[in-house]
Amino acid sequence: MEFWVTQAFNGISYGALLFLLAGGLSLIFGMMRIVNMTHGSYYLLGGYVGLTVIRQTGYFPLAILAGALAIAIIGVFEWNAFLKRLSGQELGQVLTTMGFALIFQDLALIIWGGDPYTIPAPAMLSGAHRIGDLYFPIYRIFIIVVAAVVALILWLVLEKTRVGAMMRATVDDPEMARGVGINVHLISMVVFALGAFLAAVAGVVAGGFVGVYPGADFEILPYAFVVVIVGGMGSLKGALIGSLMVGLLDNFGKALFPELSYFTLFAPMAAILAVRPTGLYGRA
Amino acid sequence: MGLTRFSGQQVVAAIIFFLLLASPPFLSSFLLTLLTQALIYGILAMSLDIILGYTGLASLGHAAYFGIGAYSVGILATRYGAAFGITLPAGVLLAVLVAAIFGTVALRATGVYFLMITLALGMIVWGLAHRWVTMTQGDNGISAIPRPDLGLPWSLSLSIPFYYFALAGFLIAFWILRVIVRSPFGQTLVGIRESESRMRTLGYHVWLHKYIGFVIAGGFGGFAGVLWAYYNGFVSPVDLQLATSVEVLLMVALGGRGSLIGPALGAGIIVLLKNLVSVYTHRWLLILGAVYILTIVYAPEGILGAIKRRTKEVKPRAVGVHGLTEGEIEGG
Repeated sequence: MEFWVTQAFNGISYGALLFLLAGGLSLIFGMMRIVNMTHGSYYLLGGYVGLTVIRQTGYFPLAILAGALAIAIIGVFEWNAFLKRLSGQELGQVLTTMGFALIFQDLALIIWGGDPYTIPAPAMLSGAHRIGDLYFPIYRIFIIVVAAVVALILWLVLEKTRVGAMMRATVDDPEMARGVGINVHLISMVVFALGAFLAAVAGVVAGGFVGVYPGADFEILPYAFVVVIVGGMGSLKGALIGSLMVGLLDNFGKALFPELSYFTLFAPMAAILAVRPTGLYGRA
Repeated sequence: MGLTRFSGQQVVAAIIFFLLLASPPFLSSFLLTLLTQALIYGILAMSLDIILGYTGLASLGHAAYFGIGAYSVGILATRYGAAFGITLPAGVLLAVLVAAIFGTVALRATGVYFLMITLALGMIVWGLAHRWVTMTQGDNGISAIPRPDLGLPWSLSLSIPFYYFALAGFLIAFWILRVIVRSPFGQTLVGIRESESRMRTLGYHVWLHKYIGFVIAGGFGGFAGVLWAYYNGFVSPVDLQLATSVEVLLMVALGGRGSLIGPALGAGIIVLLKNLVSVYTHRWLLILGAVYILTIVYAPEGILGAIKRRTKEVKPRAVGVHGLTEGEIEGG
């Protein structure tokens, strides 16, 4: 029993982290159909910028904000200068963004070196919450809370505001959206920035939990992609359910079948796609 | 006009063939191993070209088949001392089998979805190589894979004989793939790339053609992997990770999709670049990253595509002078 509760908790908190990473990615996919191999780099660079900020200031919320804003700016540059011209050209997108991912990987290595770091979390987030014989690390609870708040805000914005309606319209049919006078170009740029912003938030938050280290970018990227395709591109609900599924499958897989752990993650995902190629909540 | 162009191509092909055949004694052993590596990656890139270039489906998981071929050799040769006569069919057949299973899942999708599904499928195979330690030795990889003994008078553990061995593999793969893409089957794949709905309306079984193309690509990917394991003497999860799949995409895109020769050329350029640049600087990832971006910005159709466009730009004058139509020149 203890095992199951602990593993489920760990899975859910990892799923929460994945939602931060993949929620924005899903909107980007849904709206622009852009395959962005740089998304893992946003996560990694966000973590590194956060690390530097916290070393200089010692202030955790500032680290999250600074990391996220810096990466959002990088994302907007990349989108404006290269990606928006490649709409509909999947191969071009994959190769261009892969080029950026390699460049960012090397720049991070030059600036921050090859050692792994942990971002020191504030005192109020350390320690564990005890219920009976079970311990729940406060930091993991914090991640779940952050993801829940982000999910709620995104949902409110998408469903209850004018901008959200424009975004949904652009996901559904960009051409019609443009036709009724929505500035699709601006909306796309905002969503791209938002995706990069959230990926960097995930990177800083993850820095206090799994750490910041070279290679984290390509390690987490496939997870983000799998969350998005299984949930369905452009669907927030899909991204949430996909994140939890991937988080839980990953944790239980690693705990129960260590030798087959990636198989137990990716094979069910492939099976879902075999039945529903557009994901659980996606539309073709 | 058409005739001279045709024989011009033949002359170029003959010169390349002669250079590949005659160059080993004049090359340093470092360059020779790089050339061997380029030939093997050339097979991998040509195999991807069948689905990417000829069928128009970009796969993000092609390294999986390369890895399956390589790991088949690694496991069979080091554990059971299996000979080349066993490892070659085993590696290729296993790659074909996995492609036959994966194809049923992946080909339900197109475009971005196809990319993402092939990525997830590729990760399954990578995950096994990475975590199934009792079988694959995990991240340590399988080392000390002996070079094959074909009972020839020359030992394949020497670099020159192994080069000719790889060259033979390359030429066989090139010849078979060329026959395939020039066959009615291959032409149907091109038709599907250009307009799937039109081919369907004409009564072609589109799915089956794509599926067979996908499986063929997987099989030749496995063949390249078999040669790679023998060349390198070592296989590890790096051989089938996501970055490797993307690198093969780059090789195909850089050389020129849908031409077989282009991807082989792209493979050669990337292999040489990676290895030569890393001799001079540790910052080769920056340069490789720039190559990715510059390829898409300046040569989206690849090197062969750019050459073709230049020759086409000259064409209108030729039409004027000789009074030939576009079709006559194309048909040559």
